[in-house]
Amino acid sequence: MKTEWLIFFTKRAFQDMNSNRFLHIVTIITISLSILIVSAFGLFFTNINDIMVSWKKGVKIMAYLNKDVEKIQLPELKQKILSLYGVSAVRFIPKEDALEELKQQMKRQMALFENLKENPLPDVFEIQMIPSTQNWGKVEILAAQVEMFPQVAGVEYGQRWLGRVTGIFNLFKFAGTAMCLVFFMASVFIVANTIRLLFFSRREEFEIMRLVGATDGFIKAPFYIEGILQGILGGVTGILILFVIYVIITSNVDPGISSGFFVMRFLPISISMGIVCCSMFAGWLGCYLSLKQFLKY
Amino acid sequence: MTPNTEESAIIRIFHVHKRFGKKNALTDITLDVEQNDLLLVSGPSGAGKSTLLKLLYLGEALTEGQILIDGMNLSRIAANRIPVVRRQFGIIFQDYKLIQTKTVYENIALVLEVKGEKTRFIQKKVSSVLRTVGMEERINSFPPSLSGGEQQRIAVARAVVGDPKIILADEPTGSLDSESASVIMDLLMGVHARGATVIIATHDKEIIRDTKGKVIYLKDGLMMEPPMIEPLIEKKKTITL
Ligand SMILES: Nc1ncnc2c1ncn2[C@@H]1O[C@H](COP(=O)(O)OP(=O)(O)O)[C@@H](O)[C@H]1O
Ligand SMILES: [Mg+2]
Repeated sequence: MKTEWLIFFTKRAFQDMNSNRFLHIVTIITISLSILIVSAFGLFFTNINDIMVSWKKGVKIMAYLNKDVEKIQLPELKQKILSLYGVSAVRFIPKEDALEELKQQMKRQMALFENLKENPLPDVFEIQMIPSTQNWGKVEILAAQVEMFPQVAGVEYGQRWLGRVTGIFNLFKFAGTAMCLVFFMASVFIVANTIRLLFFSRREEFEIMRLVGATDGFIKAPFYIEGILQGILGGVTGILILFVIYVIITSNVDPGISSGFFVMRFLPISISMGIVCCSMFAGWLGCYLSLKQFLKY
Repeated sequence: MTPNTEESAIIRIFHVHKRFGKKNALTDITLDVEQNDLLLVSGPSGAGKSTLLKLLYLGEALTEGQILIDGMNLSRIAANRIPVVRRQFGIIFQDYKLIQTKTVYENIALVLEVKGEKTRFIQKKVSSVLRTVGMEERINSFPPSLSGGEQQRIAVARAVVGDPKIILADEPTGSLDSESASVIMDLLMGVHARGATVIIATHDKEIIRDTKGKVIYLKDGLMMEPPMIEPLIEKKKTITL
């Protein structure tokens, strides 16, 4: 019985949409533009986030040790660093190895190293962080803690600017989320308005339906299906448009540039589905808001 | 004091008042309608005939008194049960109330759709009822393309398609020529003959004269003895004049 009703109301909804094609198409296009903007933001953040994550993976704290630190002290110090919150691994790099590495990197300037009597480099602890704790504040706190050890002469955590970028990124994220909310509300409003218009233009028909024994549910159900369909169609259209734009852009960008440090990717399926679901929910909500004022029972 | 529900009356109207603001549209109406009765509600326009029918199908709420339909007390009906009450009736409205943007078929099918009937059953039922009212060829027409008499026949078809126990007809011949009017009356008599309870509100004296049934007379919202109906000769005289 339930599925029969669903089929009946869906047919109704399609008939209604067909007889008010223009209004529905305009509504769907408007929703799809909202969704396009929202999902474009999503796409941007997904990729920026990828970049940030890959950069952050490279974040290591280098703790330079004082020259007078005895080798015997090293295991204890290593243990102390390891016990700090957020540390996943600690590697000791003796100054000899560091020099070797430097020489390897600067083969061309070998001459520089030739009259080096004494290794100018300090011993180093390379500290790796547990990925999940890698937010920028934590890196700074950890670095400060490491620096407190008397044996440590200084710390360095490379891309300091990453901290600032993270800050800006978070700000953008916040603004983006706020914008998504605004567009969500806009979609709700658009659907509510369409449904209100349709309902108003057909109120005589609904009055007659009620007089011959139609329940309010019977009258409302096709509207809900229309609202939800508008949401889904608008959402899918918006994401498809974004996908087309994405394909055009990526196929015109020199692959050398992008594949160099990261591979640009489209919104993951889960996020796309989430956006369509939100859009669908917006359709439902718009319907609910505009219908509850018309029908009481 | 409440009416006794044990009796066989399908409609019990008990000391009913209806006021619109200060206007008394109906005053202290008490009336039983038995199963398969044919009741004519007569009276001049503005007497309260339509209002009485509206109270029955819950188009208006009564101000005072009680109405029982098949044992259901209308004053105690929960809002979400109103559609169930309305499905007891087949209603012919004074202004037809056909949906202008839907075909004849869709207008009539609606009554069965709201009850959740199957499409195949609906199709069979609608074509058979259209045959009864002689409108099967207009099944896909839209109401605005039909004459008044044809629209009224569609309204009758819609009222009877669900095999309701009670038919309420508000001025079913109101604006029709006498030929169309007699077609409509014949249709209503046919439904009555098949067992339905039929209530017709009309100010048409000819119909009251020519129809066998109980007659009540309303004037200014009061139920009273009907005045003497003029003999047939008098009418013939006016025609020959
Ligand atoms: N909705 C309403 N609001 C105010 N007055 C009404 C309303 N409906 C009917 N009336 C008044 O109630 C009286 C009876 O009306 P009605 O039942 O339509 O009469 P009838 O059908 O016998 O011609 C009339 O005086 C009419 O003006
Ligand atoms: Mg009337």
